Amino acid sequence: MKIKQTAGRQHHAGPLTYVLLGLAALVSLFPLYWNLVAASHTGERVVEAPAPLLPGPHLFDNLTFAWNQVDMGEALVNTTVVAGLVALSTVLFSTLAGFAFAKLPFRGRNVLLALVVATMTIPPQLSVIPLYRIITDLGWVDQLQSVVLPSLVAAFGVFFMRQYLLEALPVELVEAARVDGAHSLRIIWHVVFPVARPAMAVLGMLVFVQSWNDFFWPFIALTPDGNPTLQVALAGLGSGNHTINQAIVLTGALISTLPLLLVFALLGKHIVGGITSGAVKS
Amino acid sequence: MLSGTTAPVSGPRAERTARRGRTHRWAARWSPYAYLAPFFVFFAAFGLFPLLYTGWASLHRVELTAPTDMEWVGLRNYSRLLTDEFFWNALRNTVTIGLMSTVPQLLMALGIAHLLHHRLRGSTFFRVVALTPYATSVAAATLVFVLLFGRDFGLVNWALGLAGADPVDWQNGRWTSQFAVSTIVIWRWTGYNALIYLAALQAVPGELYESAALDGASRWRQFAHVTVPSLRPTILFTCVVSTIGATQLFGEPLLFNGSAGATGGSDHQFQTLGLYLYEQGWVNLHLGRASAIAWAMFLILLLAGAVVALAGAYRRRTG
Repeated sequence: MKIKQTAGRQHHAGPLTYVLLGLAALVSLFPLYWNLVAASHTGERVVEAPAPLLPGPHLFDNLTFAWNQVDMGEALVNTTVVAGLVALSTVLFSTLAGFAFAKLPFRGRNVLLALVVATMTIPPQLSVIPLYRIITDLGWVDQLQSVVLPSLVAAFGVFFMRQYLLEALPVELVEAARVDGAHSLRIIWHVVFPVARPAMAVLGMLVFVQSWNDFFWPFIALTPDGNPTLQVALAGLGSGNHTINQAIVLTGALISTLPLLLVFALLGKHIVGGITSGAVKS
Repeated sequence: MLSGTTAPVSGPRAERTARRGRTHRWAARWSPYAYLAPFFVFFAAFGLFPLLYTGWASLHRVELTAPTDMEWVGLRNYSRLLTDEFFWNALRNTVTIGLMSTVPQLLMALGIAHLLHHRLRGSTFFRVVALTPYATSVAAATLVFVLLFGRDFGLVNWALGLAGADPVDWQNGRWTSQFAVSTIVIWRWTGYNALIYLAALQAVPGELYESAALDGASRWRQFAHVTVPSLRPTILFTCVVSTIGATQLFGEPLLFNGSAGATGGSDHQFQTLGLYLYEQGWVNLHLGRASAIAWAMFLILLLAGAVVALAGAYRRRTG
C-alpha cells in the first residue's frame, strides 16, 4: 500500500537514526537467531557456560528427534488447520458485520456497535471456565473444534473492517448496484469484497498470527500428548516430567516459529503496509 | 413470493419489477441484521453466555472433578479472596509487571516510530524486522528467554560478566524475575506498537509542523507540542490494549517457571492473576474460586476504565 509521502514532515535520517534503528533491529532479531543457535547444539552444550554464540552441527539431529518425540508434524498440521479456519471465518463474518455497521442504515446500529466495542474488553479468562464445561459435556476435550468454534468471530475484526469500509467504500457504489437490481448477496460479492480486499488481507494475517500463537485456551482444551497445537506441544516439551533437553525444546520453538517467519519474510512488506496505512488505528 | 396475487392486467415484466421492489425493500430492511447475525450468534454462545455463567459459578462451590455439582455459597468466594494473601500477591505482581512492561514498551515504541518516520534507506527492512517478535509466539519467546536469563549459563549474565558485574539469579528474586518476565512482553510488543504509532504519525498534517517551525519551535518542542498531542487518541488506544493484555498475562510467567508449574516461582514471586486463576481452577480444582478471580479481574479492568474515563472528563472540564 502506498503511503502518503506528503503527510507529516519527514526529516532525512542522520547516522544516529541508523545506529539506533540498527540496534533495535539487533535486539529484535537476536533471540530468534539464538533460538537457531541453541537448536543446533546438544542439550548439554546449551546449558554449559558460556552459552554458544555460533551455530553448531546438530540441527538436523535435533529436528528429527523433536519431530518424532512429540509429533511436531501433527501439531503443525493441527495449528495450520485451526489458524486457517479461524482466520477465514473471522474475516468473512467481520466483513459482513463491518459493512452493515459502516454503510447500512438500520435500527439499533449505534447500540449494537457500542456492544461490539465493549466486548473487546472482556478478558478470555472469563469464558474459560464455562467453555471448559461445555467441551467436557460434549466430549470435545483434545479435539480441534474446541479451539476453533469459540474463535470464529472477533469483535476486533468487526471494528477493524467497519473503520476501513467507512472510508473506503463510497455509499453511491452500493446504491448504484441496488438500482441496477443487484440483490444483497451480489452486492456483497461484487461491490463490498473487492473494495475490502486489502483490509481483509491484513485482518486475515493478524488473526492467523494471533490464532497460531494462541496459548491460554488451547493449553486448557488440548493436551500435549493428545491432539495439540504447536504452542501446546511446545509447552509440553518445556515442562515435561522427564529431564528436559533444552536443545530439543528450542528446536520445537524453532519449528513453531519458522513458518510464520517465512510468511513475514515473503509478505512482511504488505502486512507492514496494511498496518501503517492506518487500518489498525483506533 | 406469490406471483398469483398480482392483478391480471399487469404483464410479466411489470410483475417482475413489482416483485423485485418488494424483495428489495424487504432485503434493505432485514439484510443488515443478517450480516450481523453470525457475529452476534457466536458472540452470544462463546462470549456473553460464558461471561454470565462465570458470574453464576463464582457464587457456588464447584470442583473441576464434578463441574455440574454446584453448591450455593453466595459471596463467600469473593470474601475469601479479600483475605487471601496469594490473591493480593498475584494482584500486586500483575500491577508491577504490567507497569514494568507497558511503560517502557510504549515509550520505546514512540521513539522507534519517531525514528522510522524519517526518510530512510531500507525502511521496509526496519519495519518488517520490528514486527518479527510479534510473529513469535509467547511460548517460543519465553522458552528462549528462560535460557538467556539462566543463572549459570545464560547469555545475559555472561554479558553482565563482561561488564564486570556479578551474575544475577533472575528467576528467584522478586524484582529480577518480574524484570525478566517484563522483558519478554516488551520484546514481543514494542515493534507492533511502533508501527501503530508510525501510522498515526503519517496522518499528522505537515502544515502543523511548518507553522510550528515558522514560530521558531525547536525539533524537541515540535515533538512535544505537535507530535504527542496529535497522537493522543492512538496513545490512549495502545494504553488500553496494553493494559488489557497486562491484566491477562499468563503464558510468560507460566513458562518462565520451567517445569515447576503454575506457582509463578518458588515464592510466588511472579505469579500473576491469570496464573493464579489457572492454579486455583486446574491445579487445585476449585472452579468456583477461579470464577471469582476471573470476575475480580474483569471488575478491576472496569474500575480502571472508569477511572480513565472520569479523569478524561475532568480534564476536559477544567482544561
